Amino acid sequence: MKSFEFAARLKRLKLGRRAVIALPLLWLTLFFLLPFALVLKISLAESVVAIPPFGPLIEYSDQVLHVFLNLGNYLFLMSDSLYAAAYWGSIKTAFISTVACLLLGYPMAYAMARAPLRWQLVLVLLVMLPSWTSFLIRVYAWMGILSNSGLINNLLLGLGVIESPLRMMNTRFAVVLGIVYAYLPFMVLPLYAHLTRLDNALLEAAADLGSRRFNTFIKVTLPLSMGGIIAGSMLVFIPAVGEFVIPELLGGPDTLMIGKVLWEEFFLNRDWPIASALAMVMLLLLLVPIVWFHRYQSRELEK
Amino acid sequence: MDTTTSSKDTTPDPGAMRTVGKPPRFAEDVVLQVKRLSKRFDDALAVDTVNLEVKRGEIFALLGGSGSGKSTLLRMLAGFETPSEGRILLGGEDITQTPPHKRSINMMFQSYALFPHMNVAQNIAFGLKQDKLSKADIDERVTQMLKLVHMERFAKRKPHQLSGGQRQRVALARSLAKRPRLLLLDEPMGALDKKLRTEMQLEVVEIIEQVGVTCIMVTHDQEEAMTMADRVAIMADGWIEQVGSPVDIYESPASRMVAEFVGTVNLFEGEIVADAADHCTIETPALSRPIYIDHGITTQAVDRRVWAALRPEKIWLSREKPEGAYNWEAGKVDDIAYLGGYSLYYVRTASGQIIKASMANVERRGDRPTWEDSVYVYWEDHSAIVLNR
Repeated sequence: MKSFEFAARLKRLKLGRRAVIALPLLWLTLFFLLPFALVLKISLAESVVAIPPFGPLIEYSDQVLHVFLNLGNYLFLMSDSLYAAAYWGSIKTAFISTVACLLLGYPMAYAMARAPLRWQLVLVLLVMLPSWTSFLIRVYAWMGILSNSGLINNLLLGLGVIESPLRMMNTRFAVVLGIVYAYLPFMVLPLYAHLTRLDNALLEAAADLGSRRFNTFIKVTLPLSMGGIIAGSMLVFIPAVGEFVIPELLGGPDTLMIGKVLWEEFFLNRDWPIASALAMVMLLLLLVPIVWFHRYQSRELEK
Repeated sequence: MDTTTSSKDTTPDPGAMRTVGKPPRFAEDVVLQVKRLSKRFDDALAVDTVNLEVKRGEIFALLGGSGSGKSTLLRMLAGFETPSEGRILLGGEDITQTPPHKRSINMMFQSYALFPHMNVAQNIAFGLKQDKLSKADIDERVTQMLKLVHMERFAKRKPHQLSGGQRQRVALARSLAKRPRLLLLDEPMGALDKKLRTEMQLEVVEIIEQVGVTCIMVTHDQEEAMTMADRVAIMADGWIEQVGSPVDIYESPASRMVAEFVGTVNLFEGEIVADAADHCTIETPALSRPIYIDHGITTQAVDRRVWAALRPEKIWLSREKPEGAYNWEAGKVDDIAYLGGYSLYYVRTASGQIIKASMANVERRGDRPTWEDSVYVYWEDHSAIVLNR
């Protein structure tokens, strides 16, 4: 009797567990896998002037099933150096921004983790607070600050430090600044999470064994916060590669990025297949760091 | 010194493993001196004017409950806390203001604090690398340390791949690798289960003695302190209540606090009614007969209010009525705690006082008193201890 009850309970438990797993699975299928399949499909279609602006992949006529897999879009991406330049520009900008975020975010996260406990919540809130106002408005604000007649230039001109305005708007500097500003919380928060988990006894043990502060940081703190460094860098790098709004508003002709090219293909050229192919290639490029990150994470979890 | 630890009393081999300092002038010189040391946190006094001397080669235990200040004292010795007042001298040299990384003191942390990203050998080598030793020297010392703690086979393992006992061995090896003048153990068995604990206590003592390092340990476990240490300091409220060998602490406690903290004890509040050179008598309202002790007490005449302390194992339990006019009492068995090797009887007297008496379970199924049995408890003339605070 008892064992029967137990078995029944176990069965219920398994059912509950399945339900718990099914929900996110359903979500991912609906909102990730399905759109992904659609984009993949469009990227292999032919561009036509119609609504929707791409041809079918499968056609049945005269008792023959035709399957069209048009690789022309991908080949076209390779033939035109514009796309390669855009990808390279994106990766370069994202990389510089990520490094800048890391250099700026690590000391911030470290100071937060070391701050008295009652201050930590306030500091975390302060890091997140800017992202509660509209992203667009904050980027526009940077335009006001950086433009030729903006805050910085006016101030420097007024003080007589410079004679003609510095060109900051529509440069890579502005784009990197914008990305760093927008994505800094995504770097700081995982780093902070890792650094607060760092056992203070380890730092004391290092000091006890004769290690100076800087050496302890290099040999103990830094390697043990590697998970946070990688997580934060991924959270900045991956969206930064595909970033559209910031380069569009703050960037210029020399800051070619893939997000903008993609937008133009979609909305100006109405060439959906090319745009889809562009998106697919970007995904492939990003897959490399994502898979690496995932493997690092699962290795960490084993510990 | 008692017989069980007398082996440590023999002159320690001076500088067998030591490289620092001049050769000791006396065989039993003092390695560590703590002078009027205090630590204040905000308004609370965690350590209150502690004086302490630890001799070369000795294992010294700071025993106390949580909040007794023992950990703060240890952390001041390691250099993690700055004393509010007082001085710490290591080998005669004032190290009160010396930062932890410059002290020739190493600590084994309660959580072991092994670096999770380094393997066993790297953990042990960490401290040696800070001394800028050559690679060959480091390798040699690491091998030596691994051998000392019987962990040669695990040199390439990461801490998370080790069991609790193995981690402790690595932590011990790491803290000994630099050949410190003083080794600190913070709750050394705190992270181990009961069975492993007894095993490791003896093993750790063996290793420490083999190396010959002076050692201070902090623990809340009296059994651990008594098993491992040559001398024990009982701490309470930031004070050191008593310092002595395990036998001293247990058999001659200086206060009620010590008597109650170490082991179990029956305390009877009473008054000295007779005090001569060869005996004294204490009358207590808890017992119907006075307590007679076969020696006099040198106490101030004014202070006649005292406590008589009696350990349960020094109280006999019988069904037969003892003879004599003192040192016995009649009662009923109120409760029995069967603890395997012995049973602890809770005997309720007519006045309602509970007297704890232990009885060794010599026979497997002997005819022992059981619940509600009428019994008598009695003790020897030399069993009771008189405490005046």
